[in-house]
Amino acid sequence: MSKITVKVGLASCGVAAGAMEVYEHLKQQLQAGADYQLMRTACIGMCFEEPIVELSGGKLGRISLGKVEPQSILEHIEAYRQGKVPQANVILTDIDKGSRDSLLQEQTRIVLRNCGVIDPCSIADYEAHGGYAALKKALSLRPQEVIEQIKASGLRGRGGAGFPTGLKWSFTAQARGAKKYIICNADEGDPGAFMDRSTLEGDPHNVIEGMIIGAYAMGADEGYIYCRAEYPMAVKHLKLAIADAQRNGYLGRKILGTNFFFTLHVKEGAGAFVCGEETALMQSIEGKRGMPVIRPPFPAESGLWGCPTNINNVETWANITWIINHGAEEFKKIGTEKSAGTKVFALAGKIAGSGLIEVPMGITLRDIIYKVGGGMKSDKPFKAVQMGGPSGGCIPAELLDTTVDYDSINATGAIMGSGGMVVMDSSTCMVDVARFFLNFTQSESCGKCTFCRIGTRRMLEILTRITEGEGTIEDIEKLQDLAANITKGSLCGLGQTAPNPVLTTLRYFEDEYLAHIQDKRCPAGVCSALIRYEILPDKCIGCTACAKVCPPQCITGKVKEIHIINQDLCIHCGACYSACKFNAITKG
Amino acid sequence: MEKDFSQLDTIIQAYQSKPGILIPLLQEVQNLLGYLSRDALRYIAEKMQIPVADIYGVATFYSMFKLKPQGKHIVRVCMGTACHVSDADEIKDALRKALQLQGDEDTTEDMQFTLVEVACLGCCSLAPVIMIDDVTFGKVAMEAIPKILQRFAAGEES
Repeated sequence: MSKITVKVGLASCGVAAGAMEVYEHLKQQLQAGADYQLMRTACIGMCFEEPIVELSGGKLGRISLGKVEPQSILEHIEAYRQGKVPQANVILTDIDKGSRDSLLQEQTRIVLRNCGVIDPCSIADYEAHGGYAALKKALSLRPQEVIEQIKASGLRGRGGAGFPTGLKWSFTAQARGAKKYIICNADEGDPGAFMDRSTLEGDPHNVIEGMIIGAYAMGADEGYIYCRAEYPMAVKHLKLAIADAQRNGYLGRKILGTNFFFTLHVKEGAGAFVCGEETALMQSIEGKRGMPVIRPPFPAESGLWGCPTNINNVETWANITWIINHGAEEFKKIGTEKSAGTKVFALAGKIAGSGLIEVPMGITLRDIIYKVGGGMKSDKPFKAVQMGGPSGGCIPAELLDTTVDYDSINATGAIMGSGGMVVMDSSTCMVDVARFFLNFTQSESCGKCTFCRIGTRRMLEILTRITEGEGTIEDIEKLQDLAANITKGSLCGLGQTAPNPVLTTLRYFEDEYLAHIQDKRCPAGVCSALIRYEILPDKCIGCTACAKVCPPQCITGKVKEIHIINQDLCIHCGACYSACKFNAITKG
Repeated sequence: MEKDFSQLDTIIQAYQSKPGILIPLLQEVQNLLGYLSRDALRYIAEKMQIPVADIYGVATFYSMFKLKPQGKHIVRVCMGTACHVSDADEIKDALRKALQLQGDEDTTEDMQFTLVEVACLGCCSLAPVIMIDDVTFGKVAMEAIPKILQRFAAGEES
């Protein structure tokens, strides 16, 4: 009988969901050797089903089980070994019987092709899946030919702005200087985004190989991967992968027997969102405060320690090997004319299938949410999708047929961004969301530019006022005025885009702002100062539960009589609402 | 009081005269001492021949650097977008209540726990998320918080 392979997904989100316990249990219980092979892999992207275990090598082909528990997993493995479909939560199969098979069918996996498939800590496994073939191919070409390939592919920077990658490479290649650097920007700081974490945890060699090819094409001999320290597993996998690549002759001197040499370091960030901006990131690598500097000169001419430097995002680097392996023409066939290839998104919020997805450019937002993401989490209706994090905006339901490409998304006022997609339903207050992002950018502003430093603070104060019911109608104009000036008066992307969450919510959800300002009402029932609790006389049985928990003791009424809330004294804490067992208190 | 910082010498020596070393150097010192005291920063400045203002500037810029003593366990509460829409604020309040933190205190009196708000832990699909030391907890229910903290206080998790 052939060996059964049991793979456990052990990326950060899997571990947080309890995958390590499953793995340890299997390690103890499975008689390794003859019948089974226990393996670890990273993230297949279906975080909502974690912990996930994949079985293969049996008659049924590949089968993935979701929400696995240590107690029952052995039983399921035994059933599989006997050729039966386990009586469990079967999510993915080769035989199209899994509950989530259709979610994967809508995807096109280039960047994530190995994620959740290979063991990220094994260079041999990466090589067995075609790893480092692209490097061999690239080294047989002239550097200029490699750049031409990337140019012809139409690949655009996946960090958010969408600058053509091949063109960016040619600037660094042409720059004068004996020493050149390349950098991978893995300082993924957008709240609600985890694409880069999963990519680095799941397939670190693919990013490293892309960087080696880039170094060869641009004539760089040293590189840095600047990674958030909040991602300990990504850092660990990268360091291990670099050491293994060095041992196998892909890094260091005389790479694969040529005269090309390249060294790569991992630099851990120290917690500053603004370091995702390229000039600030380089200041940080130099050991300084990570504050942006004026461009020009652009990094391609004068970057890290004054040397020509190329900087690309994790996902951009992760596309390179595929393009070299399959050719620019194949890559161009995927996506749209101006936005070639795929995009990885991190789906989160009020969506059923939260996790990591990779889709061809040109797909509509509707298809992403309802087909790939499996629709809404509850029966509350879709309200908006937030794209691009603190630099992006909220796209409303009426624009769900917008296609995902750089230009169409920009036209909505949001941005493609690095790929965070947070889905919101009717229980999300859009003014509160705008305030949330402003609070974030305000505290992350490095303070260099006055408009960004003080302007975002004034905007935050106004938004806080509105959510507390103290807003005036003039505030809307003030917000727009400040937004325009902050955009104009800031040096880097953080300030220039900071007003976007406010501007898009004002554009699409002005009625919610007006409800807060004029009616002193929060339609979503989120802004606590504006929530009004009332007791329904026909439902109240006079049990006194609410009066007992009320901190300011503003609920009056005798036993078995209808109770009343004194609205002047109410502090909107919601204690009565939680205490009432008879649904007699309304919130609104 | 002059404290003896000679234990930092090996770290300092390893980084001496290399470019761009200040941040990793401070990270290592903080790992050793738990936080960056004013005296420690002065000591580093003198040994490295870097103005103390430069070091202070870097130490205050990055959120990872702590200028105050920290609790034995670091409790990170994620305030990212997905967690925010999943009531992260309530989780934060429940943690503060369970740890009996008053006003702007962030560390418990017995120096067992320090509570830190972080922008995003990157486990958005498990929102709301908290992380204690290196252990991540997803889909945290408010009722479960005292029990989780108890496990760390009792030393069951390290």
